[in-house]
This record gives sequence, C-alpha cells and structure tokens, in this order.
Amino acid sequence: MNQLENLTISQAHQLLKKREFSSVELTGAYIDRVEKVENHIQALVTQTAEVAMQQAARADERIAKDDIGPLTGIPGIIKDVICTKGIRTTCSSKMLENFIPPYNAAVIERLEAAGMVMMGKANMDEFAMGSSNENSAFFPTRNPWDITRVPGGSSGGSAASVAAGEALYSLGSDTGGSIRLPASFCNLVGLKPTYGRVSRYGLVAFASSLDQIGPFARTVTDAAMVFSTIAGFDERDSTSVNQRIENFTDHLDGDIRGMKIGVPKEYFVEGMQPGVKQSIEDAIRNLEQLGAIVDRSASLPSTPYALAVYYILAPSEASANLARYDGVKYGYAYPDSENMWEVMEKTREFGFGPEVKRRIMLGTYALSAGYYDAYYLKAQKVRTIICREFSTAFEKYDALVAPTAPCIAFKMGEKLDDPMQMYLTDVCTLPINIAGIPAISIPAGFSEGMPVGLQIMAKPFNEDALFRIGYAYEQSTDWHKQRPSLPI
Amino acid sequence: MKLNREEVLHIARLARVGITEEEIDKFSRQLSDILENFEVLSQVDTDGIPPTAQPNMLHTIIKEDRANPSLGREQALANAPAREGEFFKIRPVLEK
Repeated sequence: MNQLENLTISQAHQLLKKREFSSVELTGAYIDRVEKVENHIQALVTQTAEVAMQQAARADERIAKDDIGPLTGIPGIIKDVICTKGIRTTCSSKMLENFIPPYNAAVIERLEAAGMVMMGKANMDEFAMGSSNENSAFFPTRNPWDITRVPGGSSGGSAASVAAGEALYSLGSDTGGSIRLPASFCNLVGLKPTYGRVSRYGLVAFASSLDQIGPFARTVTDAAMVFSTIAGFDERDSTSVNQRIENFTDHLDGDIRGMKIGVPKEYFVEGMQPGVKQSIEDAIRNLEQLGAIVDRSASLPSTPYALAVYYILAPSEASANLARYDGVKYGYAYPDSENMWEVMEKTREFGFGPEVKRRIMLGTYALSAGYYDAYYLKAQKVRTIICREFSTAFEKYDALVAPTAPCIAFKMGEKLDDPMQMYLTDVCTLPINIAGIPAISIPAGFSEGMPVGLQIMAKPFNEDALFRIGYAYEQSTDWHKQRPSLPI
Repeated sequence: MKLNREEVLHIARLARVGITEEEIDKFSRQLSDILENFEVLSQVDTDGIPPTAQPNMLHTIIKEDRANPSLGREQALANAPAREGEFFKIRPVLEK
C-alpha cells in the first residue's frame, strides 16, 4: 500500500467505507511508517501498536456492520498530557515517568466511542510548558521539514507525528499557543477551541483558566471532524459550557463573500521575519479575492500587554496546580530521606525540569504576600481589558486574521538558554487564550523552505467561522498538500 | 525588579522546590529579566476595571450532590510511591 501516510481522514474514511482496505491494513501500514520515521523525528514517548491493532480489529467489526463514523478505524495520536486508562501518561516529565492513569480523559472516551485507533502518546514540553519541545525530560522532537529545527511546542510531538505521516490526526493542548504554534511550524491545521467547548476532564492541569484540548490535522475538514467528535458538555468539568454542537463540516462550501475580516495591526510585531510577513500579506490578499471584506486598520490596542499578563497568570495557576506533585499519591518520590519536608523538596527538585521550576517559582512569587496586587491582580484586570477589546472587535468583524507566529521554526538550541526569547515566540497566540476565544492556524505558504501559519480568530463558540474561512482559503491554495521529505 | 539570592531561596522554600547553588544564580538572573518585562503593565490604567479569573463564565455550575461510582481502593493506590496495606505511606509529619 503506497502513499497511505499522505491520506486525509476524509479520504481514508471513504476508502474504509468502500472496503478498499480494512482498518487493520491501514493501521498496519501506519505502524510500519512509525518504525521508519520515528528515529528521525522522535515524536512519541510511548508507542501503542498492540492497542492500535486491537482497536483496528474492533473498528473493522463495526465497519462490517456499516456502523462507521468519520473517525472509525482511523489512526490518531494523543498528546501525553491526556490521561489514557492503563497506558502510561508522562507529561514528558520524570515526575510522571511511570504514571498509569486509572481512568480515561473525556476526550478519550469520546474518541473511543467514535472508533479511535491510538498509535501512541506524543512527546511534549514538560507539563506543556515551552514553545520548542526541547523541555521534554526525555528527548527533543524534531521538525520533519528540517530535523535540525524544532517542531514548536508544547504539542510538538502531536504536530511532528502527523506531519511525518505517523497518524492522520492528533490531539494537543493549547494554553498559550501550544497547538497553533507547532501547527504553523509543521504545515498543519491546528485548532484551539473556545474555552469550555472541550472537556478538560482527564487533561493534566497546567493553567486551568487557559487550557483547552484541540486537534491537529492535514486539512480544515479533518480538523472540523475531530473537533465535532471531542467537543461537548461534560459535567465533570465545571467550566464546560453547554452549547449546541453542530456538524461543523456542513458549512464548508468555500463561500466567504461579504464576510468581514479585520487585520489587527498590533500582531505585526517588531522583529517579525519578512518572509512570514510576506506570506501573511499574500494570504490576506487571497481572502480579498475570495470576496471577503478586509479591513487592515483593525486594532486591539492592549495586545502588547498580553505577554506579561500571560506569563503572570499561567505560572500562577501552574504553581497551584503543580502543588499536587509531592511524592505521596503518585509520581516520583525522593527515596533517601526520612524527613517529610526534605522528601517533598527533593522530589520536586529531581522530578521537575528547569522550565517547570522556573514557572512554579515565578507563579509563587506573583501570588506571594506583598506582590499579589502588583502582579496577579493587575494581570487579571488587564485580562478584562483584553477580553473587552476582542468583544468590541467582533461587533464589527466576523473574524480576525494575523500571523500565528512572528517566525518560522527555529534551530534546536537557539533559544534554550534565554527564556524571554522563547516566550516571545508565543506573542501572537497568547491573547487568544487570555480571552478564551477560538482560533485556528492553517498552512499559508513557506519562507526559507519552512512552513508559515495563518491564524484566524472568531468570537466565542463561533468555530464555524474559522472552518468556513479556513476551508475557503485552503481550497484556493495547495500549501496543505505539501509534505516534508524525510531522509528515509 | 531584581531578585537577589535570598529572595530566590525564599520563593523556592515557599514552593517547596529544592534548587542547586547553580540554579540560585541562574534563576536570580532569569527571573529578574522576566519580571522586568512585566513592568509594562504599570502603564495600563486599570482604575475601575474588575479582574477576570476565567473567560466565558456564564453562570455558576451547580450539580446535584449524589453518590457516583468512584475509584476503588486498589486503583487509587496503584500509583503510590509507597504504601502499607490500605494506606499511602509517608514520612512522619509530627516528630517526637
């Protein structure tokens, strides 16, 4: 079976339905593919070939009875921050190296009901903190477009694996850009849903008011299919919102005539690479040619404050969430002391990597007596202003478009010793999480041979607009059809 | 805002994170650099602006208090670093 690694979900679904091949055959081909490419890109922390084959066999039984949905029998990959019952879930941290969840995350329950075939658990920046995947405690994942470069983070393994043809889709989590940035760096579609759309039950918490799970896929249609499957109300997540879930693929007709699209000028930040700027300007012209009414003078004036707001709020929430790793109930525990406080401090010293410690300390500081008002409370108030600016903009525009990142994928090691430079990579994606709105990154060309992503944003619960615009743009280009050539 | 050695040690203590000599210097430098970038927020007028703890909070979610199946004892203890019988085993909290 040739070129199976290039299929989209829609294509594979049609072929499964017509019995051109079985899920067992498709899954077998993807297991072979993983074997071939994995040592080049190192996208997976845990491979689950045996589970995948069992799930594929079950999917084939369903297909034989014509019980087939869009994801039935389709190989996918799950970021290792999402709990999978009985399958090691590490968050790419020594702290959870041997943690085996006793339950499934809500999204896994939904995917299993839809007939998922799970190929493995994807590498990531430790506890989802990072923009390059170099903060994994195990090994860094490489970008399939150039293995000397990073895939982006924190969902770098989820992106690299799909870009390299190890699966047809994957799940990631996005707290400040962790889906959209790697999607942009690896030429994929990546969606950060509206806060509250997808249940966080079973997602290991980083910053609870910002975290959302979302899909990576090769096309907008595929991303919409995965999103339709994982979205929905769940009473086990008290921030889950009970909003009607449509079949999002119904609205993909390529017609965006008359849609009002704003281009917020603040997103074209100082230091943005000229090649990225060029690709985004070309993409905006393209949207105009498709009939959208583009306003290049849109403005979200508080955008420059988003970075500071984010790096106060996210570490503050993280410092509270990660307090649970104390060496008592699960995870790593320092063995060589009889003193409780020493055990706790050493457990966290050896269990966490440098970036996680840095953020816990930053958050602890921002929440500590004497600094709470100046940092945490101030950031929460500026958050309100950022939210209001988006609300005002969406009274005028159906969507906003901007670059996903100011740069293409950078070289491994380039920003590792300078946390502030690393944080600046997320400057165009952070405001979206702060405001809780949905955004998608779609392939929008290449600069220096590396992919560039176009980011589309919409008002809360209006993912439909993202898919509609994304699909129309995608149909007018062939960026999404480009595949990396790996040295195999 | 510059963080000195004592402040870094104090924060590490509050967070119960052990850090090495080398990390004290590194974190002092890096955290100071990051905090300096936060100073832009003082330019924003937030008089009369309420804080936002999380977006899209439409209403307080209240659910019925009813018993549901939960993890069994063995499952709950399965990942314990140390156990004794039916208990998590930890070091003494109160010393003699």
